[in-house]
Amino acid sequence: MRYSERELLSLSRQPAEKAAEILMRLPKKGSVLKKRLVKLVVNFLFYFRTDEAEPIGALLLEHCRIAKEEVNVFSISFIEEPDRKYCFECDSEEQCQEWVEALRRASYEFMRRSLIFYRNEIQKMTGKDPLEQYGISEEARFQLGTHKQ
Amino acid sequence: MLEMYREKLAKKMKLNERSVVHYATCDSPADHAGFLRKRVERHHHHHHHTTSYHRRWFILKGNLLFYFEDRDSREPLGLVVLEGCTVELCESAEEFAFAIHFEDAGAKAYVLVADCHVAMEAWVKALSRASFDYMRLVVKELERQLEDARKSLAACHKSPRKLSSGRKRHLSNPALPPVQEKPPILENGYSTWGSSCTPAGASCCDQDGGFSKPPPLPPRRRSAGGSLYIAPTSGLSLTLQESPVSPETACFSKLHHWYGQEIAEVRREWLESKKSGEL
Repeated sequence: MRYSERELLSLSRQPAEKAAEILMRLPKKGSVLKKRLVKLVVNFLFYFRTDEAEPIGALLLEHCRIAKEEVNVFSISFIEEPDRKYCFECDSEEQCQEWVEALRRASYEFMRRSLIFYRNEIQKMTGKDPLEQYGISEEARFQLGTHKQ
Repeated sequence: MLEMYREKLAKKMKLNERSVVHYATCDSPADHAGFLRKRVERHHHHHHHTTSYHRRWFILKGNLLFYFEDRDSREPLGLVVLEGCTVELCESAEEFAFAIHFEDAGAKAYVLVADCHVAMEAWVKALSRASFDYMRLVVKELERQLEDARKSLAACHKSPRKLSSGRKRHLSNPALPPVQEKPPILENGYSTWGSSCTPAGASCCDQDGGFSKPPPLPPRRRSAGGSLYIAPTSGLSLTLQESPVSPETACFSKLHHWYGQEIAEVRREWLESKKSGEL
């Protein structure tokens, strides 16, 4: 599948939700923990060698599971390969918890569900669809579940 | 020369491609889809002025635009990340052409051609609203509106007696699990409704009929006093004042926690009043 490194590169340069130097291990067998600069931008997690300006890789954070592992450690795995884990070892349990929370909220799909939840709640409370005033009530983006192509 | 070429190849940024392909091809709903002709960008040795187009099947999911050789292809040909870009109608020999331009001048633009005016407009609209930031803006706006709605409802709620009858009505079936109104436990598309972990998308949301229905409301909630979330007791009205919903923070997890607490509180009170024989 073709993708533009340039698009990813310029995204990686955008202001991050969160960034830190964390030990990271790829799911490949025999991989070891390596210190990486890890940067969360929108629904992508970029990782850099600590002395380099361009990321060596990116993870799209959709349909993924963020799991707390042992002390200071969390993992990212993807729905179609749940045993293949990217592992991250933080400096502290606190840092670990912060990353887990941030990463769980990072996907576009999470945001979409939050929006639909709020929309529903407002509708229940006020009887009005809050998106109507913006003329976007019918956008597929803001509907839940049933829209398929 | 060959060294440089090898080096360039070796440095290609990795991406979790398998997962991205899975996301592109799975059942999760697309925000838009259809055939478009994509202009072929020729870089070097073609000096002639004719341009050519390839007809591709496009699928938009969130801030990602995928294109496939055909509608039933198993894997996308390519991906466009729709961040830091603008979508504009095109000055082109082709009718119904539009382009995706990136703020980063180094990132190449895409010229796409729709089959008709309606399709072109629909695509331009859908792509213009695809960025993460746009979605974030709308979410923040709704958070703010929800807080306003909650405040104004709290300000005008009636006497405890009237509302407790509404509460009773809702809790009249003690078999109802206390967390029925709870928003889903959300985790990046692994949306879990309690314990089961199913692929994200329509399938898992169907497990909770109340939530998966789009507005308007399910019938039983159409009551004048209204909502489970406006509680008559002083204990809970304190909680209302410290609503975690604020425009400044992305606090969905707090909202989730807050609802859980509220429900636990209401349930506790119901159990207590049952004990004291008030019901």
